[in-house]
Amino acid sequence: MNSLLTPLEFEKSIYQIEDKIEELKNLSADSGINLDDQIKILTEQATEYKKQLYSHLSPSQKLLIARHPKRPSFLDYVSLITTDWTEFHGDRAGTDDKAIIGGIAQIEGKSVMLIGTQKGKTTKENIEYNFGMPQPEGYRKALRLFYHADRFNLPIITMIDTPGAYPGIKAEQTGQGIAIAVNLREMAKLEVPIISIILGEGCSGGALGIAVSNRVYMLEHSYYTVISPEGCASILWRSADMASTAADAMKITAEDLLKLGVIDGIIKEPLGGAHYDWDLIASELKNTVIETLNEMSNMSGEHLKKDRYDKFRRMGVFVE
Amino acid sequence: MSLRDWFEKRRNKQMNADLVESKISGDDLSKLWGKCFNCNTSIPQKELNQSMLVCPKCDYHFRISARTRIEQLFDENSFNEINKNILPCNPLDFVDTMCYKDRQQDACKKSNLNEAVVTGIGNISGWEAAAAVMDFAYMGGSMGSVVGEKVTRLIEEGIRRKIPIIAITSSGGARMQESCLSLMQMAKTSCAVARANEEKILYITVLTEPTFGGVTASFGTLGDIIIAEQGARIGFAGRRVIEQTIRQKLPPDFQTAEYLLKYGQVDMVSHRKELKETLEKIIRIHSQAKTFIPNELNKRISKA
Ligand SMILES: [Zn+2]
Repeated sequence: MNSLLTPLEFEKSIYQIEDKIEELKNLSADSGINLDDQIKILTEQATEYKKQLYSHLSPSQKLLIARHPKRPSFLDYVSLITTDWTEFHGDRAGTDDKAIIGGIAQIEGKSVMLIGTQKGKTTKENIEYNFGMPQPEGYRKALRLFYHADRFNLPIITMIDTPGAYPGIKAEQTGQGIAIAVNLREMAKLEVPIISIILGEGCSGGALGIAVSNRVYMLEHSYYTVISPEGCASILWRSADMASTAADAMKITAEDLLKLGVIDGIIKEPLGGAHYDWDLIASELKNTVIETLNEMSNMSGEHLKKDRYDKFRRMGVFVE
Repeated sequence: MSLRDWFEKRRNKQMNADLVESKISGDDLSKLWGKCFNCNTSIPQKELNQSMLVCPKCDYHFRISARTRIEQLFDENSFNEINKNILPCNPLDFVDTMCYKDRQQDACKKSNLNEAVVTGIGNISGWEAAAAVMDFAYMGGSMGSVVGEKVTRLIEEGIRRKIPIIAITSSGGARMQESCLSLMQMAKTSCAVARANEEKILYITVLTEPTFGGVTASFGTLGDIIIAEQGARIGFAGRRVIEQTIRQKLPPDFQTAEYLLKYGQVDMVSHRKELKETLEKIIRIHSQAKTFIPNELNKRISKA
C-alpha cells in the first residue's frame, strides 16, 4: 500500500498486516535468515483479505473513499486522459465560477468538450474551488459550453464530484434552482452525445445539473443521491448521527443504482480506491469513454435526443 | 414597527403556522371558524371560503389543497382528472423512523389524495389548459416517482392536445424515501418541458407556499412565465441549511415571492384573488397572437 496515505478507520488492520510484512523483510535482511516463504504466504493472505474487505464495503465506508482528499479530481483526469486541454472561462454575465470547469481537448484524437465540478486537495485549493459546490453562475457557464459543443459537434463528457450546489444568499438571489432546472431542460435538447461519470460525490440537483446524459457511469466507490446521508438523517431521523443508517437506506452505491436502472455502468477502481493508483483508474475511465463514444458515433442528433428522453422517461417505480 | 421587524414577525408566525398547518389545512370545511395564523383573528369558515382562504384582515394566504385550488381556478365542473390511479410503491424498502408504506397511508388520510399531485384538463374562463396541481398535505408535496410520472404525462398530454400547460407547485422538494429515483424525476419532468418548448406549447408555472429543492430545481421554475403567489416562500436550499453553511442571519424577507420578484427570478407576484384572471389573460394573449407563415411555406413561396 501507498505509505504516503493515511489509513481510513476500516483500513487500519491492513496497514498493520503490511507493517508486519515489512518488519519481517527488514528482519530477514538484517539477520540473513531466509523468511521468503513466510513473507510470501503472508503477502498472499493480505492481498486476499484486502480483496474481501474492499468488495464488501458498507455504504458509509464507501463514503469515506468517495470523499478521500487524495482521490483524483476532474482536472487530474483531464491531464491523465486528454491532450491539448484548453480551458474556457466565464458565464459572460460577470462571473467565472471555479467550482465548475470546462474546456475542449482530445482523447485519442477525438475532439470533445469536458465539463466537471472541481474539488481541491488542499484548503487553499478548496477555497478556490468552493469545495466543489457551484453557484448558479457555474451552471450557466456549463450551459454556455453545452451550447458551444452542440454547435460544433463536440461530444460532451461531464465529470461529477460535488457535495451539492452551494446553499447561500447570493445563490438564491441569482437563481440556484432555476439555473439547475434550465440545464436539465436544455441538456435534453442537445444533439451531441453526452457521457457523465460520477467520480466521487454525486449529491442532489447540484450533480444532476450537468448529468442529463445518454450514458451515466459511476466509479466503483462513488455515490449518487438525492440528498447527502447527513442531510437525510437530520431531516428524517432528526439526527445527523444517523448518517450511516441513512446511507444504507438510501441505496446510494454504484451497485444499487445499476440495479435500479439509474446508471448504465460501473467503472472498476484499483484495490482500495482510485487514490491508490491514479494511472490505473484513469485508463479504466478513458477506455469506458472511448468505447461509449464509439458506440454512439453513428447516432444522429435526433436519435441521441430521443435516446436521452427515453432513458429518463423510463425512470421511476409505481403501480397503475 | 420597522419593515424588518414586520417581516421577522410574519416569518416567525409562518413557522409556527407550519406546525399547526401540518395537522389542519386551511380549507377544512367541517370547521365553523378558522383562525388566521398571521394576525390571530378568528374568521367564520364561510367568510374565509368566500375570500378564497385569504385572511380578510391581513391578507395572509392560507395554504390550500389541490382540490380547492382547482375549484378556484377552473370553470365549474370543467376539470377532468387524468392518471389518478398511478400509485406509489416502496422500491427501496425504505424505513426511517417509520416505514415508507405507512407514511403513504398516513398521507392519504391527511390529504384525501393518493399522491402529492392532481393532474387533469380543464377550462380557465373558457380556455382549455392542462394542469398539474400539487398538494402539500401529501408528504409535504414531495416529488417521488408518481409525481414525476404524472407531471410528465400531463405535459405530454398538453403537447398532444396543443393546449397551454400549467404547473401549480407546493413542495418541500424531492422525496427522500425514493432517493435517486426522486432525483431522476427532476430530469424526467424537465425533459418533458424541453419537448413543450420545441413544440412551442405555452408552459406557465405558479409557485405557491412553499416551493423548494427538487421542484424548484426542475419543472417548477421552467415556466415560460413564472408566477409566484403572494407571500409564498420559494427557494432552492432550505433556510436552515443556508444559515448553517454561512453562519449568519438571513434577511427577514429572504426567499419570499416578493424577494424573488425583486431579484428578477419570477415574472410577477399574484394575489390569490387575481390569479385566475392573470392566467386567463396570459393564455388569451398568447393564443390570439398572429400566426406567422411557417418557415417551410415561406421557403416554398420564395422559391416560386
Ligand atoms: Zn390575518
